[in-house]
Order: sequence, then C-alpha cells, then structure tokens
Amino acid sequence: MQTPNRLNPYYENLVFEREDNRMIVNFGPQHPSAHGQLRLILELDGELVVKAVPDVGYLHRGMEKMAENMIYNEFLPTTDRMDYIAATANNYGFALAVEKLLGIEGEIPRRAMVIRMMLLELNRIISHLFWLATHALDVGAMSVFLFCFREREFAMDLMEDYCGARLTHSAVRIGGVPLDLPKGWLESLTAFINKFPNDIKDYEALLTKNRIWKMRLEDVGMLTAEDALNWGCSGPTLRGSGIAWDIRKEEPYELYNEIDFKVPVSDKNDSYGRYKLYMDEMNQCVEILHQLIPMYRDSEPGLMAKVPQYISATKEELMTDNFALMQHFVLVSQGMRPPVGEVYVATESPKGELGFYINSQGDPYPYRLKVRAPSFWHTSLLQQILPGTYLADVVTIIGNLNIVFGEIDR
Amino acid sequence: MREYSDKKNVQAKAYHSDRFYKSPQLAKEKVSSDKQFSEDLKSLKTKFKISESYIQKDQMVLFIEPSDIKEVMKFLKEEIEYDFLCEMSAIDWLEKSNQFEIFYQMLSIKKRKRLRVKFFINNGEAVESIVDVFNSANWAEREMYDMFGIVANNHPYLKRLLMPDDWSGYPLLKTYPLIGDEAAHWYEIDVIFGKEHRKVVGPEIRDTKRVDQKDTTQFARVRSEVPYGAKPSNEKTNFTEFQEEGGVPFITRFTKDRQKTLKNRK
Repeated sequence: MQTPNRLNPYYENLVFEREDNRMIVNFGPQHPSAHGQLRLILELDGELVVKAVPDVGYLHRGMEKMAENMIYNEFLPTTDRMDYIAATANNYGFALAVEKLLGIEGEIPRRAMVIRMMLLELNRIISHLFWLATHALDVGAMSVFLFCFREREFAMDLMEDYCGARLTHSAVRIGGVPLDLPKGWLESLTAFINKFPNDIKDYEALLTKNRIWKMRLEDVGMLTAEDALNWGCSGPTLRGSGIAWDIRKEEPYELYNEIDFKVPVSDKNDSYGRYKLYMDEMNQCVEILHQLIPMYRDSEPGLMAKVPQYISATKEELMTDNFALMQHFVLVSQGMRPPVGEVYVATESPKGELGFYINSQGDPYPYRLKVRAPSFWHTSLLQQILPGTYLADVVTIIGNLNIVFGEIDR
Repeated sequence: MREYSDKKNVQAKAYHSDRFYKSPQLAKEKVSSDKQFSEDLKSLKTKFKISESYIQKDQMVLFIEPSDIKEVMKFLKEEIEYDFLCEMSAIDWLEKSNQFEIFYQMLSIKKRKRLRVKFFINNGEAVESIVDVFNSANWAEREMYDMFGIVANNHPYLKRLLMPDDWSGYPLLKTYPLIGDEAAHWYEIDVIFGKEHRKVVGPEIRDTKRVDQKDTTQFARVRSEVPYGAKPSNEKTNFTEFQEEGGVPFITRFTKDRQKTLKNRK
C-alpha cells in the first residue's frame, strides 16, 4: 500500500517502486488507439505486458432495457447505434430475428432481399475500410488512412443516395426495405465497384510488402484455433485462426445461397494473416455486388412483405382499403404482437457473429432481448492474448481485433 | 445511486389488449424430427436428467437440472462437438414464479447445429460458473451478475462489468425504475447550485422524450427556429431561408434564387 507524503506522492494510476519493479498503467479510456472507450489496466514488467484487465462500460446505454420498453419497430433505429460503423448489419440482424419470430422470413419480396444484400455488402466494405484506415493509422501508416477514407466517402455517398443517412441508416425494415433504388443508383454502384478493386491494390501496394507493416503485424496477436473457439471469437478473427466459418455460407440467409463467393481463411493465426483476410473479404464483397446487379434487374417490383397482420400495407392500399388502414392504425399505435416463443438468429456482420435472442410473450414489447455483439467477446479475449506481448504491440492487437464500443457496451 | 425499494413491475405495457385475442404459439417440434439432434439428445440422456426437449426454429432447446450445468457443458464440448458458446444470459420471471431462467446458446461448427440449454433457478440462488469449460463465459457471467444480480459460483473475477462498481440495483430486473423519482430531479441541482437556488434553476429533466416548447438552444423547435437566446414565437419558419441576424462569419448570404444543384457529386 502506498503511504503518500511530500517526498513520495500518491499517483492514482501509477505505482512506482514496487518490490517486483512492475508498473501498472491505465491504457485509456481516452487513449486514441483504444478505438473508443476502452480502459485497459496493464501490468508491465519493463515493456512486457504481464497482466491485462480490460474495463468496459463507458458507453453503456442499456439497449436491452430500452428494447423491453419499445415496440419492435421503435427499437430498429436504436440498433444503428450499436455497431455504428456497420449500422445496416445491425438493422438487418434485428429485422431478420423479428421476421423469424413472426414466421414471415419466406414472405420477403425478392427485390427487397437483393437491395438488403447490396446494402449489407456495401456496409461491409465501409466497415472494413474504416478498420483498415484506423488500424494502419495506429501502426503509423498515415497515408493509408487518407486513401481509405476517400473510398469510404464514395461508399457512404451511395448509402446517402439510397436512404439519406451516412452512418445510422435504418434502411432495412422488419418485412423488407422502405424504398426502391433511386434512379441512377445502380450506375453509381457499378462505377464504384469497377474502380474499387484498383483502390484495394493501392492499399496492398502500400502495406503488404511494407517492411514496417510486416514487422509490426507478423507474429503479433497470435490466436490459436482452440483459443479462438474457447473465447467465442467469430468473423474474421475466427477465420484468421484457420476455421472456415462464415454464416453467410454455412447457414445462408437472404439469397447468399444463389451467389458464388469465397470465404477467405488464413491459418497463420497472426495479425498479418487477418489483415490479408480483410483485404480478400473486400474483394469478395465486390464480387457479390457484381452478381447482385443483374439479380436486381430480373426481380419483380415489391419491397415489403404482404402480411397485413404484422406489417403495414403499401400506401396505395392504405388509401383505398379501409381494413388495411385500420390494421395500419393498430400497428402504428400499439405495435405488432408476435407469437409466443423465442428465437436466436445469428447473422454475419462485418465484425463477426451478430446474434439477436428474442423472447416474446405475445406482447407488443419483447419480454427479453439479448444482443450477441461480436466485439464484446473479442474484447474479453484481450486478457488472454495481451500478456506476453510488448506494450507497442498492444495497439496493433486492439486495432486488429476490430472492436467497436457501441456494440460492446450497448 | 440510492437504494430503491419499490418492487412492482414497471416495464412498459400495451395500453389496450383485446379481451378475446389469444397469441399464437411458435411451433415446437419433436426432437425425433431431426436425426442429428435426436442422436445428441440420446447421448445426453444417458448421463443427465433432461426434463423437457423440443425443436423451435431449427434449434434444439433442452431443460436440465441447475446442478448439472458444468458437467453438461463439458459433455457438449468434449463428447458431442458443441464447442462454441455463442451467448448466455438470464430472463427475469420473478413476478410470475420468483425464478430466473438461464439460457446457454451453443453452436457446433462441425455439425452446423445450434442448441440452447436452459434451466430455472429460484431468486437468490447461484449458478455454477462454466469458465473452466468455456473461457468466453467469463464476461457473460459477469454481465449476468451485473444486470440481474445472479452470482456465478467459482467465477475467477465476479465483478460488475458495464455498470460502475458502486452501483446498487440490477438494471435488467423488471422492477428496476425506468426514470428517476422526485429526489433524482433535484440531486444534481443541489450538488452543483445549492438547495437555495432550486427555484431559479428548476428541476433536472430526465425524461428524454420531453419536448420543451420554450427551448431555443436545443433542437426542440425544428421549423420554428429563432435566433439564439431570442424569445420563441409560434410562426413557422422555412428553414432553408432562415438566416442569423447580420449573417454568419465567412459564409456569404444565401438566397433561394442563388441556390444550385450539383449535377455530379462524386
């Protein structure tokens, strides 16, 4: 215990002159490389990390509590604020869970599915670009950050053209999508995906063989397959440990079973392998988007599921059919009442397995809603993989795990 | 936070429910309808007591004895390849039966199957920690303790995770208050300004849905904006033409006839 006096002042964060000559450092919660409000309490022996205790909760807004006090449609915009880098993935995860609860997942019009997949993949590109930009910035490659944010801006412009929002989209609704693609959007998308593979080549030219980048990433943040499973890792973090598990492929939702795409896997177990994997995934997103464009052109118009008991009818029907208007009134003022039961639905968000567990008792409010956010489990992994690494690598590892605090604290 | 003792369910409720409306049930299928699940269930039944089992939405649901949980998890992981703990948490049934329902969501990557293990514990009882089997339960159990106050025995570091350490009360209980009471409105005001200035400052508004019609500094007066600090008026303004008096520095005065739409943004 410290005894503070004039010669030996008391520092809250630092402990000097312990018997074992170890130092305890607070990394965050305001550290720019902590990717949000992460407080890491590190015990250092020289520059070697001996023990790491992640401390989270600085962004806790009680979303699960909020969900219990909102009707299902009200909660959907709130999911934007979880993983705010990939808002559509959250919207979609929640919408799909509610659709499965209602039993209407087969009623979604094909065009709505195609638009949803376009938004999901575009959002995956946005999220991966953000990851690459901030990760490279943490490691010291400033120019990559600028390159990535330029292309991310184009992708966000596409999002803006579709739904009007750049970050918090709410563009996927329970039962479909609210809008058809605006005029000229497909042409802009085609222009973007034709150009984007060249941009990926630019990033790779800057990083892949870069000596500093390789020194900072290779054999850093080693994560064996056994550990990855044991700590509940998913998404690119799991695939970076040699396990080919992508929910889009293994438990296909929407139209992913009709699309030809590869699941990049790396068995190098380190940060560099995961970096390569993210780059491959961006290329695969482009492949998927290329295949979606003709699918959109072949699809019949129709954007929302026709289940008037749960989903409001189209505007035209509301204005012409009295009963549809009555149902719409009840849906808006009271909310839909799903069947009694529970579902757990997992989707592949850019960060990993995003799951929604909903327990419904037949009320307009969910009785219990639990969000399985991938970053939550990746952050708990830090206490396992940080000890034994050097302080400089801590930043690389945090950046490489792609954690976003909106979904850790919820 | 001060202690809160009221024990009513304070969650939002539907303001109207039809007397004769009966909610449909999500279908529960028999486990024998799926070959893989029935095999798994058979091997589980040789070792453990399983009180109920069914398949709902392609996922098997099992009800086990609370004392078996650690052994069941070990069996799932080592014997029948359910090696991934996706999620675990609790459901508050205190009002109905003074119980908590605990669920563990499992995934088998090799079999591509998901199942859910569940059991009930009485209020005040603890669960056995499964951190030895799945490290990922470490934070999940801490979160469950934080949100419901359910203790996990033999957990290496059972401490609040999301809420501050000195918090009292468990937020996800149905009895947990949704908004502060009368004393909460004045707490910060008394600390910052002093009790004698209550009349001048007014209570702290903690209702996020409240719209203050007299507020000119927040965003409550959309389409009825007035310059900063000025008295609000009820006249509707067209916000595209709204201008600060005297203009804004570095921005040329905008008029509607000078606006122009760019043809090519990208």
